[in-house]
Amino acid sequence: MHLRQILAAALLVVSVSAPAVAKDARDVAKKHVEFGITVAQKGLWREAIYRWEQAAKIDPNYPAAFNNLAIAYEHEGQFEKARKAYERALELEPDNQLIRQNYELFKEINDRTNRRGSR
Amino acid sequence: MTARTAAVVASLALALTVSACNDVYEVPIETPIQPKMDVSPFQRVLIAGFLAGGSEDVDANLETVRLLRSQLRSKSQLKVIDADVLPLLELANEQRTDKGETSANGASPATSPAGGPTPTPASNTTAQAQPKGKSNDVQQSRIKDEKDLQPLEGIFANVDFWKKIGEEYQNPLIVTGSVLFTAHARSGFVQREQEVIDQLGRRRVVPVRTYMERKGFILQPKFIFIDGRTGTTIYSEGYKEEVLYSPQQTTPALSSYFELMDRLVPSFLSTLSTQKIKGSRVLMK
Repeated sequence: MHLRQILAAALLVVSVSAPAVAKDARDVAKKHVEFGITVAQKGLWREAIYRWEQAAKIDPNYPAAFNNLAIAYEHEGQFEKARKAYERALELEPDNQLIRQNYELFKEINDRTNRRGSR
Repeated sequence: MTARTAAVVASLALALTVSACNDVYEVPIETPIQPKMDVSPFQRVLIAGFLAGGSEDVDANLETVRLLRSQLRSKSQLKVIDADVLPLLELANEQRTDKGETSANGASPATSPAGGPTPTPASNTTAQAQPKGKSNDVQQSRIKDEKDLQPLEGIFANVDFWKKIGEEYQNPLIVTGSVLFTAHARSGFVQREQEVIDQLGRRRVVPVRTYMERKGFILQPKFIFIDGRTGTTIYSEGYKEEVLYSPQQTTPALSSYFELMDRLVPSFLSTLSTQKIKGSRVLMK
């Protein structure tokens, strides 16, 4: 009986605090994403990758982090990583047209490269 | 809808969407496309010469060598070797004769330099390249199509020949191959715009389909990349481009040649060096 009460209390704590923890994670991740955008606009893509990787690690359900990461990988010529990041971003937010359009543009280049490789 | 059209539509839609949002940032990106070939073992490239045929108005061997050298000088990190252009057609015919085969189209090879399949060093090459003006033109006129070229293509597999050329120029990457530049005519319906005056005296432009015989050229180069250290082929790629002109248009063969080569050069360059594709993407918060 005593153990059951402890477990119930623990569950209650977790369920109440989970959204708060998730919100904290999103806030921290968002700071990384914003800083990544600032540095990417200055052409510092490696630093941007680091920031967006951190964001994706802190909040693995943050579509913007994966979308931006995909763009940065694309810019660095890391096509396989870019594809995975785009797919993750679309998995998290399938109806986001911006992510989808970025992905379409990426696929056009990636397909062309693959055609050349197999020629 | 082709992939390219889809991409254009996507980027237009992207631009429109971006202008409507605050938490998004459009950034220019340059996507690097890796070269098709690993050229890291080479510091130098020798555009050796080509088996050329087709139109007699253009020396496709000489022009192709000149064009590719100048393009590589400005758009590649490889050092381009300045050497006399190999009269490859003559050399291929000689090699066939030495093997006991008949030369292309049954013609006997041009004046044979000493030593059969031996590659021509720079000094010899000059000696051969100079009279090329006439003898090579005669040879080229005999190469009319791919069938004529086929028996001569064995020269590309002659490892000893290319290895010796490689040794002579300190083991560069060797670019060779064949170039067919042929006149071409095609008849059929062509849509063009025609000005008409209606009953009220108004001028209008209407599309008219006319049966027309158009003339032009076909360019079929095949680029072969040979490792100068071993004499073996490491990569090859073939292209085919054609251009047609209306009967009123008189375009010199050489202009057409450059027009067609212009279309192929980017692809040729991307074999040897990284190309960057410019575009834009949207970052999100």
